[in-house]
Amino acid sequence: MLLKRSTNRGYWWFLLPGLILFVLVIAIPFLMNIGTSFTHWQGVGTPKWAGLDNYARLFRDSTFWASFRNNLAMLVAMTIVPTLLGLLLAAVLYDYIGNKFGSGTASFFRAAFYLPQILPVAIAGVVWAWILHPNYGALNGFLEALGLDNLTRNWLGNRQTALPSVMVIMVWFQLGYPLVIFMAGLQRIDPEIYEAAVLDGADWFDRFRYITVHLIRPEIFVVLLTTTIASLKVFGQIYVLTRGGPGSSTLVPSYFAYQNFFEKANIGYGSAISTVMTMIIIGLTIFFIRRQSAEEL
Amino acid sequence: MTSLPLKSSYKKPHKAGIGRFFVLAALLIVLLVVLLPFAIVIINAFKTPEDYATYGPLSWPTEWSIAGIVEFWQRVDYSQKLLNSLLISASVAVIGVLLSLLNAFALGIGRIKGRIWLLILFMVANTLPQESLVYPLYYLSKEFDLYNTRFVVILIFSVIQSAFGTYLLSSVFSTFPKEMLEAAMLDGCNKLQLLFKIIVPVSRPTLAVLFTFFFIWTWNEFFLPLILLISNDRQTVPIAVGVLQGQRNMEATLSSASALLGILPCFIFFLIFQRTLTKGIAAGSVK
Repeated sequence: MLLKRSTNRGYWWFLLPGLILFVLVIAIPFLMNIGTSFTHWQGVGTPKWAGLDNYARLFRDSTFWASFRNNLAMLVAMTIVPTLLGLLLAAVLYDYIGNKFGSGTASFFRAAFYLPQILPVAIAGVVWAWILHPNYGALNGFLEALGLDNLTRNWLGNRQTALPSVMVIMVWFQLGYPLVIFMAGLQRIDPEIYEAAVLDGADWFDRFRYITVHLIRPEIFVVLLTTTIASLKVFGQIYVLTRGGPGSSTLVPSYFAYQNFFEKANIGYGSAISTVMTMIIIGLTIFFIRRQSAEEL
Repeated sequence: MTSLPLKSSYKKPHKAGIGRFFVLAALLIVLLVVLLPFAIVIINAFKTPEDYATYGPLSWPTEWSIAGIVEFWQRVDYSQKLLNSLLISASVAVIGVLLSLLNAFALGIGRIKGRIWLLILFMVANTLPQESLVYPLYYLSKEFDLYNTRFVVILIFSVIQSAFGTYLLSSVFSTFPKEMLEAAMLDGCNKLQLLFKIIVPVSRPTLAVLFTFFFIWTWNEFFLPLILLISNDRQTVPIAVGVLQGQRNMEATLSSASALLGILPCFIFFLIFQRTLTKGIAAGSVK
């Protein structure tokens, strides 16, 4: 009471530096980007007003739709598969390995699966670009050593294999993240629930379905939200691995926007692409958060 | 109940069985697949090109050679890249934590008017894709003669990271015990003292986690540094390694050495920060 009335005023000053910088670095560029999406602009001279031209073009552009489809593939590889695998692995490590071999063994596995996550995305890309290299890469070398020469191919340079290869790499890269979060979530579950379930005759799979998955729902939500957004933003791996190629077989919207900004000097079109992606991401965030607060009530 | 069971790991009666070793073996195989790329990078980074040409990528090095690593190091002036990355990441971590702290003090402790809207604003900013900011940032930094400076990268990432930090810290601060704040105020603390003498010491673990996150996230950034830093002597480690990948005249062992040099710093950070990180990931996951 005392605190409220007499001293609540002076706090605005503390927000000032953060807010000014926020306006300069995020708000103004963000609005500028929306602004240029309504223009034709080469990056020099004055932008020419174009109304909704760029958006109309986007809607008809098969390359954009291809990049969008590839984005859905990234969603599978970065969100769906790692979340399912992560759930299974977390449950096995906590409710099986932890029991039978001790929690030290479980922690060891967790740390090892997390290892790819510590790499910068670009470095992870370099590691794999090298392993999959058509001439001197380790994977083809391995297949040859096994006598499977007819299976060797230019993994990232071939329309059929480029996207699946990138997807496998993404799963490898992402898996540790849900695993670590789910295992942390399992820590707050009372072990007695599991003990009671065992006494009631629940087998491992029952416990997995009815206890594990049910009780760490908040963590599953966080993982789904953050990885979905991450999959819509993916850029570094594509830049290093394939540059969107061959053709547009691994093109993603962020890389498509980059090409329009910095290779083709179509600033207006690039802005339109990134504005559409931003709207999708913000929409998804709102959707997820609403669902989450609805569940908590 | 004769003895209290350990709370952290629940125990059930052991059934002597061989089945558990099958599960363990299956896990070990998955683990092997996950770790194999690291192993391949390490063994080939230490091979000579001749060794590689003769025995391929899967053999053990006939002799351990650091020639490839030395060559890559010199070719890209790796010491300079490390220095740039360190400078940028450490500055962003310090400035970003400071900005988050000031913002969260106003929003979480001060509970100023409109704080819900401001929090939503920071949260939305946190989810923005960088491609929606990149061209204006590129354009503006050229206009203000800041293009291709480490300063502008530090500035931009401090603000971007602080959007997340503000969000996280505000929710932590809003649970700060009221009695403590009121007691400090009654003792004649002004707001600056309240912030730095009471709140900062109490929330040091959270600040440490934020610092760690900001450092590593900034170290790992690729898109904006790729656009904003073009001269060789200002680029960061991921850019140097990632851009060189595109050059076609790379030898296999050199490529492997570059990957190893890219991995190594992150691995060292991982070991240093592991405790804060695991705690932080756990803290961040529930609210």
